[in-house]
Amino acid sequence: MTDRAETDARVKALIEPFNKKGVAVGDATRFAQDLEWDSLTVLDFVATIEDEFDILITMNQQAEIENVGQLVDAVEKPKG
Amino acid sequence: MMTDLFSKFDALIEQREHLLSTGLTDPFNLVMERVESPTVAICNGQRTILLGTYNYMGMTFDPDVIASGKQALDDYGSGTTGSRVLNGTYAGHKACEEALKTFYAMDHAMVFSTGYQANLGIISTIAGKDDYIVLDIDSHASIYDGCALGNANIVPFRHNDVEALEKRLKRIPDGAKTLVVLEGVYSMLGDIAPLKEMVAVAKAAGAMVLVDEAHSMGFIGEHGRGVAEAHGVIDDVDFIIGTFSKSVGTVGGFCVSNHPKFEILRLVCRPYVFTASLPPSVVATAATSIGKLMHGADKRAHLWDNSQKLHAGLKALGFTLGTETPQSAIIAVIMPDLEKGAAMWDALLREGLYVNLARPPATPANMTLLRCSLCAEHSADQVDQILGMFEAAGRATGCID
Repeated sequence: MTDRAETDARVKALIEPFNKKGVAVGDATRFAQDLEWDSLTVLDFVATIEDEFDILITMNQQAEIENVGQLVDAVEKPKG
Repeated sequence: MMTDLFSKFDALIEQREHLLSTGLTDPFNLVMERVESPTVAICNGQRTILLGTYNYMGMTFDPDVIASGKQALDDYGSGTTGSRVLNGTYAGHKACEEALKTFYAMDHAMVFSTGYQANLGIISTIAGKDDYIVLDIDSHASIYDGCALGNANIVPFRHNDVEALEKRLKRIPDGAKTLVVLEGVYSMLGDIAPLKEMVAVAKAAGAMVLVDEAHSMGFIGEHGRGVAEAHGVIDDVDFIIGTFSKSVGTVGGFCVSNHPKFEILRLVCRPYVFTASLPPSVVATAATSIGKLMHGADKRAHLWDNSQKLHAGLKALGFTLGTETPQSAIIAVIMPDLEKGAAMWDALLREGLYVNLARPPATPANMTLLRCSLCAEHSADQVDQILGMFEAAGRATGCID
């Protein structure tokens, strides 16, 4: 697997426990509209991602992240 | 099609209309027709006990405070009509800052026109575009707005979670400058922060620390300096933000600090420079009140008694409260939803009791709260009456059995 594919798989695995609606998750899946997450769920999920990858996702970055593909890109970015 | 920039408010307008269509009094439109004392006002023609004012120390009707305000009106007029850095600094503004420096035993004090502006001004000025602000997710709106105005990188952590704070501090990029923003008392649930641990963790990471003590000034800590004092870490706090609109009993905000370069903020802090200074009567009442708060030990003790009595009484009645034990002068009663909360609020008002109805997004975890803030001037009898009103309203609305 490429690095991105591996990150993608890990992110999607972390989404599952929060995916209460059982939505099929792809790159274009949106957190607010498709997964219907509220702000509390987002907080918990972001903390999970941050801990898993040992990174920070600032609120400024979060505002730009709408879907799963964008999140994978954001996780990949700190690796330079 | 004409643009309507107001269409984004449609959902809120609809929710509000729905709530009011049931015949409830509008909880966000109450008028105090007359105010008799820090604890009693006339609302809708009815004598009402005030239990949602943040007037913790009851200074609003203190005779010395009122006399100093009247004197300042006579001596200096009704307003300054100017910025602090131009024609808006009078002797009273300097006296007020001296009173704060004495109260907190700190080197510098800067008075703003409101508490909101104090957070907005200090945070946005000291933390800019390349800096990081690590803050509790439940921080007050003025803190978030200060972060946004300065365009800093915002890193929130789970409410009161020391480990979550520490982890995030470790992930800040090397060389970046960091400000940790905490509150002494969180005003929604009335819980306090573990400042001893948090300040230690922040300092170990090399961050500067700002603590908002708006809801603790005057009665928490040996000298009423707040939770940071009570936890023995006030010397490690770089900036304390506070307000005159709670324990001090008027309006205005401030920052106190020992930072050697603090005074430069007066020239670079936009919410300080580009607004008119407080009226002379306001700074006079504030200075007098702050001076008296230094000797308020008996009132403080009575306020704690009130807080403990109300907390125990509400718990015994079967209400769900925001904290297991009383931690401050705020007791939050958790309502199952907004409709029940609004009904209970309305029932309490009809009984003759005013509390704050708090709702999302101001509240954590989307909770609806009836927020009670006690005053040192509430008598033990009034607290008994308050409990009786909660019991009657709670049964009438089905909030308790």
